[in-house]
Amino acid sequence: MSLAIELVGITKRYPGVIANDRINLAVREGEIHAVVGENGAGKSTLMKILYGMIPPDEGEIRIRGEATTMSSARDAIEAGIGMVHQHFMLAEQMTVLENVILGAEPRQGLKINFEEARRRIVEISGEGALDADQMVEELSVGEKQRVEIAKVLFRGAQILILDEPTAVLVPQEVEELFVSLRELRKRGVTIIFISHKLDEVLEIADSITVIRAGRTVATADPRQISTRELAELMVGAELPTAETRQSTVTDQVLLQAEGVGTLSEDGDRWVIEDISLRIHRGQVLGIAGVEGNGQRELVDILMGLRPADSGRVLLGGEDITGMSTLRRREAGIGLIPADRHGRGLLLVSPLWENAMLGYQSQPPFTRGWLVDGVGARRRTEDVVDQFDVRTPGVEVKIHALSGGNQQKLLVGKEMLATPQVLLASHPTRGIDVGAQAAVWESIRAARAEGLGVLLISADLDELIGLSDTLMVILRGRLVATLDPGQVTPAELGSYMTGASQ
Amino acid sequence: MRANRRLVYAVVSSGLAIVFALLVSAVILAVSGNNPFEAYGQMFEYGVRVDSLASAVNRAVPLYFSAMAVALGFKMGLFNIGVEGQYRIAVLIAAAVGAAIALPGPLHVLAIILTAMAVGAAWSGFAGYLKVKRGVHEVISTIMLNYVATGMGAFLLANWLRQENPPGDLVIKTPEIPESGRLPSLNQVLEWVGLDPGRVNLYGMAVLAVVAGFGFHVLINHTRFGFELRASGASAGAARTAGIDPGRMVVLTMVISGAIAGLVGMAHLLGFFHRYTIDFPTMLGFTGIAVALLGRNHPAGMAAGALLFGWFDRATQILDLRGIPKEIVFILQGVILLSVVVAYAVVEVRIRAAESRAVTGALRPGAEEES
Repeated sequence: MSLAIELVGITKRYPGVIANDRINLAVREGEIHAVVGENGAGKSTLMKILYGMIPPDEGEIRIRGEATTMSSARDAIEAGIGMVHQHFMLAEQMTVLENVILGAEPRQGLKINFEEARRRIVEISGEGALDADQMVEELSVGEKQRVEIAKVLFRGAQILILDEPTAVLVPQEVEELFVSLRELRKRGVTIIFISHKLDEVLEIADSITVIRAGRTVATADPRQISTRELAELMVGAELPTAETRQSTVTDQVLLQAEGVGTLSEDGDRWVIEDISLRIHRGQVLGIAGVEGNGQRELVDILMGLRPADSGRVLLGGEDITGMSTLRRREAGIGLIPADRHGRGLLLVSPLWENAMLGYQSQPPFTRGWLVDGVGARRRTEDVVDQFDVRTPGVEVKIHALSGGNQQKLLVGKEMLATPQVLLASHPTRGIDVGAQAAVWESIRAARAEGLGVLLISADLDELIGLSDTLMVILRGRLVATLDPGQVTPAELGSYMTGASQ
Repeated sequence: MRANRRLVYAVVSSGLAIVFALLVSAVILAVSGNNPFEAYGQMFEYGVRVDSLASAVNRAVPLYFSAMAVALGFKMGLFNIGVEGQYRIAVLIAAAVGAAIALPGPLHVLAIILTAMAVGAAWSGFAGYLKVKRGVHEVISTIMLNYVATGMGAFLLANWLRQENPPGDLVIKTPEIPESGRLPSLNQVLEWVGLDPGRVNLYGMAVLAVVAGFGFHVLINHTRFGFELRASGASAGAARTAGIDPGRMVVLTMVISGAIAGLVGMAHLLGFFHRYTIDFPTMLGFTGIAVALLGRNHPAGMAAGALLFGWFDRATQILDLRGIPKEIVFILQGVILLSVVVAYAVVEVRIRAAESRAVTGALRPGAEEES
């Protein structure tokens, strides 16, 4: 079979670092080719090069055997390469049809030829796969992804790059995605599939390229390799697991919600409704759910960032429903926010100020009204050391760190503050396998010391592995309580989408 | 390492911006039929005289307070355009109070200063209250309060606070503040070091300005309030999540900003006018915005900016006498400001990129990118 894409000796250097070091990649026409690697292995750089966003310093890109230089995404699109980003770029207030044709409208004179557009969308995505007139904001995450793929195909792409496409999906949606990817393969579309979820890679890929520390370390045949072997190729060492074994749960209730609910902004609808839960000393309570089902609002109510329109919140038996966020923090509730950039970090501030954020009323960061520069820096250095934050120092502005290292700082500062209760939203999002293990380990250790954790995560293995109890949130309500020792990711997924009701 | 890089960038880019502004102004001078070399030569010659330098400092002091008032708001993303109104209403009432009370020396001065700060704080705090309780954007409310301050000041002066003038004296003014409520000049100090500022009196408020500059630095960088202020400015979401009450911060910041604004008129009041009159200097609040931008809200940067503007203001006085329009100073200031703001924006992007590279470079290969 002929090659759709061949990358030969691609090298990309940044001052002091080689992001891609003589990478080779050969993708056959009409196959699904997975590119796997840890965070920071150089996948993103490689894909940006392939998509024309950054030029390589050395090496050659051959598209269908022809050496090609691309200097922008436009060139890539012209060469028939399309990319579906992890974060969707859709206009929520427009219809599917409008989103798909936006910027590539078929015309008839000066008018947009909607009939032609409609016909081609059906041709691309199959009869009945997408309702062209539906508003994008009404779509599920999986459907939105299909719109993104249709957008790319509409522009004539024959080679599709999918950047971590399953990260945002629940298992059922992943299955649907795979069905449509196989359909596309049948039609001769070449697909490059970037992921670090290895079981999925083994399921869908025809061949695999493993990248580690900027180099191609192996190409593998998915029929002849196990998940574990693949993971070891990827990490270059043995694997951690999320599993928590013996229980440390006590009967002492730390944080308790009693029938809490909150209304939407216009007040006509409960965003979350009648939620009751108890976090015990030494317990990890996992909340499973598709993003946007009320997780954020739940955390906000527990943290005092959003008023409870019904019910009450108790900490150690004391009613704290009306208590300010700062007082709650001082009382020992820690928070790892889901939205790192929007709610967790001061990007242009040094690491030590970021570590202080949320603890600005407590030692060692401040003494009365004065900032304790020495104590704050020393504490931050401890976080950096213990949580392996890769940084030249604590004076560095945090925007200069990679996302994974930013996350490690966020987690580490909460752990070192030894809260009673930790509200952790996606604590290991964006960090690599090794660091993930360290975070899990620290949560486990703190749990053994009596920490109560509310764990919200999109990583079902993490949820199942770490939690003592699992609850499922769906459309703002807790709909099931499950035993993580019994449930499988697939079952959990069906509860999350409401299929099990 | 980073602090130094930022400093070098800031100084170099400001310097280039000033040179650029001088070139643009030179072109304008030439086009309007004046010899730019002659004009600049005159300005320089006149500007480096001791009395001119003292006068430049006098002109810089109010601008410096004004800039700090604006900068404090900027630090948390609040735009206090109302410094103009705040200082004018503050100086009027402080002047009236100062003339009405009798206290021994330093206490009298202190009472006047505290009155001005309280009035400024109240005027500005009202805008903060409106923002928090009623959702009125501070840009709108502070601009409108400027008009209210002007109108109310004129009313108060004309009806209640003016002194009964002898026949023939048409200048409306408050009664004169007695000797005990005046701040001595620093000319004595200059004489000790062998400088003679001639008829110019170097304002005593210059000392307070220096103290306030250090105070500003400590407040912003070494107190919990300063941290909360900067955090709120850097990311409102992160600040709120960290337990920083945004409403409280807005009101507190506007109150402190207004209190500093109250100090703007004090140099002229305590050091020269000793009363409020209708020809008391105006526009100091608006120029302060320019100085804050020029100095990047940094106490040292703003001091440099205030001195620069003060010096230009003084040095261009000579041009009138030589038949060259001194309005060139406004062009100069405007172009400096524009080019500095543009230069900073460009430099900031570079600095951030440089910081990222520095970090990447300091770490092991392959550990960069991706988020």
